[in-house]
Amino acid sequence: MRLYEYEAKQMLAKHGVALPKRTLARTAEEAEVGARELGGATVLKSQVLSGGRMKAGGVLFADTPDEARAAAARILALAINGQQPAGVLVEERRDIAQEYYVAVTWDARAKRPVIVFSDMGGIDIEEVAQTHPAHVSRTHFSNLRPLSDYVAKLAVARTGVTGNDLAPLTRIVLNLARIFVQYDLTLAEINPLAKLADGSFIALDSHMDMEEEARGGQRALLGELGIADADTRQARPPTPFEVEGARVDAADTRGVAGRVVEFDGNMGLVIGAGGGSLTLFDAVRSAGGRPANYCEIGGNPSVAKAAALTKLVLSKPGVERIAVMMNVVSNTRADIMARGVIKGCIDAGRDPARTIAIFRIPGSWEKEGAKILARYGVEYVNRSVSMHEAAQRAVAKMG
Amino acid sequence: MAMFIRVDFDASLQGDADLKRRLVEVCPVDIFALDGDTLTTVDANLDECTLCDLCIDAAGERVRVVKLYE
Repeated sequence: MRLYEYEAKQMLAKHGVALPKRTLARTAEEAEVGARELGGATVLKSQVLSGGRMKAGGVLFADTPDEARAAAARILALAINGQQPAGVLVEERRDIAQEYYVAVTWDARAKRPVIVFSDMGGIDIEEVAQTHPAHVSRTHFSNLRPLSDYVAKLAVARTGVTGNDLAPLTRIVLNLARIFVQYDLTLAEINPLAKLADGSFIALDSHMDMEEEARGGQRALLGELGIADADTRQARPPTPFEVEGARVDAADTRGVAGRVVEFDGNMGLVIGAGGGSLTLFDAVRSAGGRPANYCEIGGNPSVAKAAALTKLVLSKPGVERIAVMMNVVSNTRADIMARGVIKGCIDAGRDPARTIAIFRIPGSWEKEGAKILARYGVEYVNRSVSMHEAAQRAVAKMG
Repeated sequence: MAMFIRVDFDASLQGDADLKRRLVEVCPVDIFALDGDTLTTVDANLDECTLCDLCIDAAGERVRVVKLYE
């Protein structure tokens, strides 16, 4: 769940990170008033949940309140990657001596959070990492034990920062890491983190993403930020197909049939199991397939739930066949899934044998599942066929 | 209409109030129900049968779970 820049800055301010003076404007008139109150030159930034604002014309500069008003009008009228801005952040413009980069994110391979720090901020950090690797540090820490100053200092010092800059940068990095852990974030980034002419540091831009499942636990924070339960923060409004997918999941507490996302392909996917959905979706794409949807089914859904999801996927215009695939499962029964997808096919008026391109759910009750599938003329594919090979076979059957 | 599972039980069960109540209690997917004093099966739940055999443990051969796909 992505936060707007102005919300991320509210969190930074709450935790003592210095920021430019700023005000959020919802109209061009408010931007003019805000710029007048700030005094001097300002920068106006579109508040969208999308990157690439500068290139898209969503960041403009103004020397006077009148210019600020005109700039805000242009920004508010500009959709960026299909998103209308939630407002314009009007900030005082500051003279910058040097730009730094700091982010805290989750390193899935290390299974720990990592602090990424660079003394070359303001630009694409991936590019810096490639062209100037010595200027980017990666420092892991534990999200279970108290975070020590030493870890933050190490992250900064590893890029060669010494002297008077080390202590203030360490404090900012430490605060950002604590925000990351405390608020269940998946990304907390300040870029650029600017050193001003007077030697002080301020966060000029910030980007934060919160773990979607943390919404319940972080209700207090979301309340402080004014984020309502209905504010999903998706990049686009859900399609009717996706709304129906969410309804299928909510209608039955048994198992999961969630995260239904619509695409424009012809192969319906009923996929899941411990990260298997992402792997299988990628495998279908790698094999040249065109998925009609993404979804995550698992956790031992009921027959009714599996059937409803299958029927929904088959209801999408252009879906010729479905691929039913999972990783090896212990917490989802292959026979229950087999019943569900066959019932879903028949409820949708389709012949399971012609509709199910592949059924690969190895694991618990697979022999029983194979019997059910055989009764309806559907081949069962066991674990001797890899997920990638299963995806290739399914794509080949699409013709 | 169930496609995969049918559950049969002996008519003699209707005379055993305790057993009828136990069948309703033990089934994890609510296949058994009491319509007044009459034991019935819920058609919409039959295909959810997990083949756990708890009903058979309770009633022995007086309950039979039939796999329609075999």
